[in-house]
Amino acid sequence: MFFSMLSEAWHAMSANRLRTFLTMLGMVIGVGAVVLMMAIGEGAQQAIKRSIDSMGSNLFVVLSGSSSTSGSRSGSGNSSALNINDANAIGDLDDIGAIAPISTGNAQIIYSGSNWNTSIVGTTPSYFSIRGWNVDSGNLFTDADIRSASRVALVGKTVVENVFGDDIDPIGKTIRIKKSPFLIVGVLESKGQSFDGRDQDDTIIVPITTAQRKLFGNQIPGSVRMIMAQAKSEKYMGVAEDAINDLIRQRHNIRENTESDFSVRNLTAMAKTASDTAKTMSMLLGAIASISLLVGGIGIMNIMLVSVTERTREIGIRMAIGAREKDILLQFLLEACVISIVGCVIGVGLGLGGAILVKKMVGAEILISMQSIVLAFSVAASVGVFFGYYPASKAAKLHPIEALRYQ
Amino acid sequence: MTRHVIEIAGLYKDYDTPAGVFPVLKDVNLTIDEGDYVAIMGPSGSGKSTFMNILGCLDRPTKGEYKLDNQSVKSLNGNELAKLRNKTIGFVFQGFNLLSRSSLLDNVSLPLVYASDSKSTRDDKSKKLLEKVGLGQYLNSKPNQISGGQQQRVAIARALVNQPRIILADEPTGNLDSKTSEEIMDLFNKLNKEGITIIIVTHENDIADHASRQVRFLDGKIVEDRRNKKEKAEA
Repeated sequence: MFFSMLSEAWHAMSANRLRTFLTMLGMVIGVGAVVLMMAIGEGAQQAIKRSIDSMGSNLFVVLSGSSSTSGSRSGSGNSSALNINDANAIGDLDDIGAIAPISTGNAQIIYSGSNWNTSIVGTTPSYFSIRGWNVDSGNLFTDADIRSASRVALVGKTVVENVFGDDIDPIGKTIRIKKSPFLIVGVLESKGQSFDGRDQDDTIIVPITTAQRKLFGNQIPGSVRMIMAQAKSEKYMGVAEDAINDLIRQRHNIRENTESDFSVRNLTAMAKTASDTAKTMSMLLGAIASISLLVGGIGIMNIMLVSVTERTREIGIRMAIGAREKDILLQFLLEACVISIVGCVIGVGLGLGGAILVKKMVGAEILISMQSIVLAFSVAASVGVFFGYYPASKAAKLHPIEALRYQ
Repeated sequence: MTRHVIEIAGLYKDYDTPAGVFPVLKDVNLTIDEGDYVAIMGPSGSGKSTFMNILGCLDRPTKGEYKLDNQSVKSLNGNELAKLRNKTIGFVFQGFNLLSRSSLLDNVSLPLVYASDSKSTRDDKSKKLLEKVGLGQYLNSKPNQISGGQQQRVAIARALVNQPRIILADEPTGNLDSKTSEEIMDLFNKLNKEGITIIIVTHENDIADHASRQVRFLDGKIVEDRRNKKEKAEA
């Protein structure tokens, strides 16, 4: 019974191919748009999530404030307000699990014939545990390297690619940073982009003591550009932030109502904002795409109403030879569902194709989840039932005699 | 004693029109025996088509009793009426009323679809009936590829496919020329001899002469109900 009805629905649809195709097109475009938009939206979320994970969790960055020289103010991190002792004091706070003082700068590096400008990070070994960063090959430097200010360096993937190429193993090689020779002891694993879009692999990490003495020698001894601090867990984030603020203000003898000479940034909160924004964007894209699905559904309803009117006599004949109301209802409902489901299948295909095209052409990250396909499918089927029901029930409620007399 | 397949007593049918209630059938009483061959006659507007629709369970009377096969139709719901139309009654219409997109085989099978027969049973039964009405070689043709007389044969085959007790034919020869009409009537005669009750609505006397009984309507009432002389002589 069901199969013969299905085949009848197919016959009815193929009787008017162009019309069926155009009706279906509404669903195809709607479903295609939903699948494509969700792929793009989820891809963006995925990219952000990955860069957040790469950053490390429950992080604060304490930056020294801006410095003023003859009325011209430089940006954050340029004064020399923070020093190693501040960092250690923060590390002694109850809510803080680990700290890493950081000195940074840019420098030209040279290896045999090639050279490259990259950011140099001077820090301590705890930096790697805070950021969950490990070596791909070789070793991290140690506390002993910090004490002896040894000229050892860890290089990021981007630096390796640009300076050494694919063929040379950089470990054990000596590069020149600002003309000082450094021994490469390890290659860092790839971190990819940070959530603000920087390439985190375009970096060289050296012991902080070495950086201060050999590379950024003009700074006040012991001063650091920033301090990275990790709270013991997420729930201590708020308390820890206040504690750091109070501690450093006290250490720097800053009176009440006076501006701090440093700032504390909650990186985790910033990352969460970025991720929430991406989520909202993704939902917005999906919502806009769903509107086209709705329009497609209205198209189906419209055509089904036309079809019911056109086939009034046929409905009368069917009733006269024994079709029950529910048989007629099922027949037209099935037709609407076949249109919307076939349209949906084509739409999913088109959406996936479009997503792959977007990835190839724009290079945007896309993520095709089974969930979005299932969602598009079930929405399409319900659109078919929802918008097909009214015309179908209109058909089923026709009076047999009036339907038979209809010209 | 012969069984009554149709018993009608005190039947009224009113139509609600913008001008008020319009009575179409007024106190109709009729009993039809199993195997009878009845022609229902009358001018247009006499109520014979309305009567036919009620007989065929396509419409309900306003008042009165209608027993089909000893079962009162009044108490039946829509699905039960549909089942009667499917199993007990076979319809033949003036305009043939075939589905133009479907093959003759599928047209004849249609009542079996609603009786939930399997595809192979349906094809089997339908093929036999199309052969019986002389159209065995056109199984896969479409209705517009055959003549009017042939289309009416298909419609008769469709009416017969569920082995109904009664065939209701509404002006079955109205769209046909006289020669083809005779052929169709021969078919009805043959079916009646096989024991099927046949009720034909017509306004042509020579068609009505094929029947063994003539019932004449005028202004919503039966004004004449007689046995054909020929049949009487035979009996």
